Amino acid sequence: MSTKVIALTGNQAAAEAMRQINFDVAAVYPISPQTELMGFFAEYVANGEVDTDMVAVEGEHSAMAACIGAAAAGARVITASAGPGIAYMVENLYIASGMRLPIVLIDVNRALSAPLSIHCDHGDSMLTRDSGWISLFSENAQEAYHNLIMSVKIAEKAMFPVIVNYDGYIVSHSIENVEIFDDETVREFVGPSGIHRIPYPLLDVSKPVTYGATAQPDYYTECKYQQHVDFLKVYDIVREVFNEFESISGKRYDFIEEYMTEDAEYIGISMGSSFGTLKDAVNTLRAQGRKVGAIKIRLYRPFPVKELAQALSKAKGIAVLDRADSFDGIGGPLFKDVCTAILHNQNRSLVHNFIYGLGGREIHEEEFIKAFDRVERLEKGVETRDNLVEYLQVRA
Amino acid sequence: MAKKVTIQVLADLAQERDEKFHGHNPLAPGHRMCIGCGIPPIVNEVLLAIDKPTVVSTATGCLEVTTGVYPYTAWNTPWIHVNFQSAAAAIGGVEAAYKVLKKKGLINEDIAFVAFGGDGGTYDIGFQSLSAAVERGHDFLYVCYNNEGYQNTGYQKSSATPIGAYTKTTPVGKEKIGKQEPRKDLTMIMAAHGIPYVAQASPHIYRDLTRKVKKAMTFKGPKFINTLQPCTLSWRFAPEDTMRLAKLAVETRYWPVYEVINGKYWKVNVKPKRPKPIEEYIEAQPRWRHVLKYPEIVAQIQKEIDDKWNHLLALEEMSKALAEKEGIDYEALFANPEDKKGEE
Ligand SMILES: Cc1ncc(C[n+]2csc(CCOP(=O)(O)OP(=O)(O)O)c2C)c(N)n1
Ligand code: SF4
Repeated sequence: MSTKVIALTGNQAAAEAMRQINFDVAAVYPISPQTELMGFFAEYVANGEVDTDMVAVEGEHSAMAACIGAAAAGARVITASAGPGIAYMVENLYIASGMRLPIVLIDVNRALSAPLSIHCDHGDSMLTRDSGWISLFSENAQEAYHNLIMSVKIAEKAMFPVIVNYDGYIVSHSIENVEIFDDETVREFVGPSGIHRIPYPLLDVSKPVTYGATAQPDYYTECKYQQHVDFLKVYDIVREVFNEFESISGKRYDFIEEYMTEDAEYIGISMGSSFGTLKDAVNTLRAQGRKVGAIKIRLYRPFPVKELAQALSKAKGIAVLDRADSFDGIGGPLFKDVCTAILHNQNRSLVHNFIYGLGGREIHEEEFIKAFDRVERLEKGVETRDNLVEYLQVRA
Repeated sequence: MAKKVTIQVLADLAQERDEKFHGHNPLAPGHRMCIGCGIPPIVNEVLLAIDKPTVVSTATGCLEVTTGVYPYTAWNTPWIHVNFQSAAAAIGGVEAAYKVLKKKGLINEDIAFVAFGGDGGTYDIGFQSLSAAVERGHDFLYVCYNNEGYQNTGYQKSSATPIGAYTKTTPVGKEKIGKQEPRKDLTMIMAAHGIPYVAQASPHIYRDLTRKVKKAMTFKGPKFINTLQPCTLSWRFAPEDTMRLAKLAVETRYWPVYEVINGKYWKVNVKPKRPKPIEEYIEAQPRWRHVLKYPEIVAQIQKEIDDKWNHLLALEEMSKALAEKEGIDYEALFANPEDKKGEE
């Protein structure tokens, strides 16, 4: 294996992975900040660098429908979207996972309307969290590139669709150094295409199959139960693919990434691009002698319950940093996930929720430090709270 | 002469059935459609007329919920249902996959692609995905079984529902007599896409429908056939009258049977010499019969029918003249593909 380091935006890095994987079908519909990703990829198609049939659909709903058709046919398929595009797809996301189709979807995270915003938060991804898709978050262009390559393998081993998330503009449009594999390495890793990558391809006309049946109350539960059971097997599959990936790349990935959590009393948790800022906050506070740490969620669905519970088992206070709100008085989506994960920990950590970075609002180290301070004071009883959830960044 | 052709077509279909479906119909017995429903003959006629393995996609609606009830299936051919609005997008995806995998040498068979949708899944919610799939040029045939309403949900109006008809969302009351607006003419809209082949058909003239399917499949690219499908349950007629209703629709010119090539050349296939008055067709359907009490509505319906009919005839004449000007043999253009095969 050889690699080279080149300066790429997140979208360019993802397009590069798409080129190397050489998907059979890509459904394409523009939306910021995803648009230029498929634009880059279209050039590869136009230049004959890939065999991909690019289906430029009339909307995201059809993009996912076309992916479902193509994946059921036996092809390796991908689409990408963001924000409202993801929202428009939601009905079909459930269909894709219910049919157990190995589709890859890139979600270049973008806020939802209203008000309209083309900038980043995780509101779009949160629409997909109960849809039965495996969901991976990327901190930067490098991780987006790696996640995309791994996603193909994860999807096909698990027979579930995968979403690869990376933050709109912050990752999609910022240039950074990305280490790129040579094409053979990627192609060998994902393996060749072919209709029998899935057990029952539509295009095997000698064995007619039925996709998308109706299930009455006598069977719906069993279908969902099977989906449930198999989705729990995803943990092992993801770990397996992470291991295989390590063997080609030397890069070790886990469901979560821990930073200075070993002896940490207070731990901040975030997903996506803000993790760098969170680590900066930890560094600053550590320099002041405070025992803080940070955790990044990489595998968001299925949720890394055990790993997280373990990593948080000794924490006194936990600051869950949500880049999306649920407007329900209980807290952001990640907050609920974290609370559930630590439910059976002997040690009762204080957990508090902070909403930040909505609609592309820049996040600074000081703001995360504020969150650590608040959690510590709540935990020590110096301050009290009226709500479990607070906004970290609101102008007076 | 005509009789001989009929027998020949039936024999062909029977042979098709043996070869492709091992003696079964593409839509096997055991589906759960109402007695007398027009859908099964339509689906079987369409699929038997295609002499290749065929992958089918279907929109949500009566056809879907009655044929793929887990853990059973009535489909004797690879079949996918994504949802109400995605029949065309889904088959587009299948066809795109097929193209690539064939190019890569990963699949060798010659496969045909067909989508079925009710009028709701075609004229309304699925129209966007249909129009777009057709614009993208996927190689598939879309067949709308048009029962002029949302039957699966208990008969609500669609944009194919005729003016004055009772549905659950267009009841007959003091202020409003059934549906207020005339039907959308989707066949014309599809023809305006300029795709290789568009037709309107009726299942009672199975010779015409199967010929149209065969004809359609001689073209590469998108094809669209709109076929009337009398619904026993909602139109409320006796199950044995399905084909009689379809026949009346054609005889009254309510449902002209015609075809269009490249959105340019038009041919009306059946021209009733003495068209029956629309009252006869309306009278046969309790869903609509009340409008007979309102002569102004009946007159409006009749006018719509006459206008459309005249328009069609004018288009036919125009395209004959156009073909002549272009030096194209108009009759050969519409010739039965079987005849063509014989010539070669
Ligand atoms: C997004 C969505 N909206 C509504 C429905 C409910 N629905 C299912 S079938 C149907 C009507 C189908 O009518 P049509 O396409 O004419 O087919 P038919 O039932 O007449 O066979 C409706 C409204 C649905 N399944 N999905
Ligand atoms: S309701 Fe009408 S369209 Fe539906 S199965 Fe019954 S007869 Fe057929």
